[in-house]
Amino acid sequence: MHEGLNQLAFVYAAYAVGVGGTLALVIHSWTAMRRAEARRERSREL
Amino acid sequence: MHGFANPARFLRLARPITAPLLLIGGALTLAVLAWGLVSAPAEQLQGETVRILFIHVPAAWLGMGGWSVIALASLSELVWRHPLAGIAARAAALPGAFFSLLCLVTGSLWGRPAWGAWWVWDGRLTSMLVLFFLYCAYIALADAAERSGQGNTRIAAIFGLVGAVNIPIIHYSVIWWNSLHQPPSIGLSALSGNSPMAPEFLYGLLAATLGFSLLFGGVVLARMRTILADQQTEARLRRRAMDYADA
Repeated sequence: MHEGLNQLAFVYAAYAVGVGGTLALVIHSWTAMRRAEARRERSREL
Repeated sequence: MHGFANPARFLRLARPITAPLLLIGGALTLAVLAWGLVSAPAEQLQGETVRILFIHVPAAWLGMGGWSVIALASLSELVWRHPLAGIAARAAALPGAFFSLLCLVTGSLWGRPAWGAWWVWDGRLTSMLVLFFLYCAYIALADAAERSGQGNTRIAAIFGLVGAVNIPIIHYSVIWWNSLHQPPSIGLSALSGNSPMAPEFLYGLLAATLGFSLLFGGVVLARMRTILADQQTEARLRRRAMDYADA
């Protein structure tokens, strides 16, 4: 283990990337699904 | 398996479970990560950096699991022409690529304080990077096939099968070659309580893996529903256009 480095800074960075990235993936997939299903419903009414 | 080949039947199953998978997975993941960040003990050798374990290891498993889904779905598409298999493979590609990248990034953040290097070209890290590139290539191939409008996804399916060769290479890389990366510390022995990992880390890791896996499943179902809805919309609009042309 290398001394002199603030280990918690690396831990916080990993958690920020992990939580932020996963949240972005989930929100992107969910909103894309809702938009696509709304488009399908609108196409039924044409 | 062929019982779910009918998109309408698949949607009847997928609609009620997509949101619960995401909600339960999200709550479990956040709870475990909060515990891992605040309450998990520091480890004797790794110090505080051991907390990265609860993200890095599930990300690695899901990165490899995502390609396993692609390979199995590709096999099902090529051999049994299962109509939803290609859609399942395409839906698993983006979350698989994301978790592979997350594994690489968190591994790098772990490696710097532990090894003194952000990156080393050893077997485990390099084969994981290759997996990420394979995902990128698969996504490009599948998108190109979709854009061509001919529905020919055979090339992407063959690529999905061939790329599966990399999965055992990733797994055994730390056994076959000298590596800074530690050898596997979790196997079937963990189920019988003989894991070399301390129980507080093992149970936390298994809970984090369950949470991330539920999220992965929810995202794959959401993306399958997106692809199906897009295909149905396009087919309907095409039929309308042909009706107008005939009239």
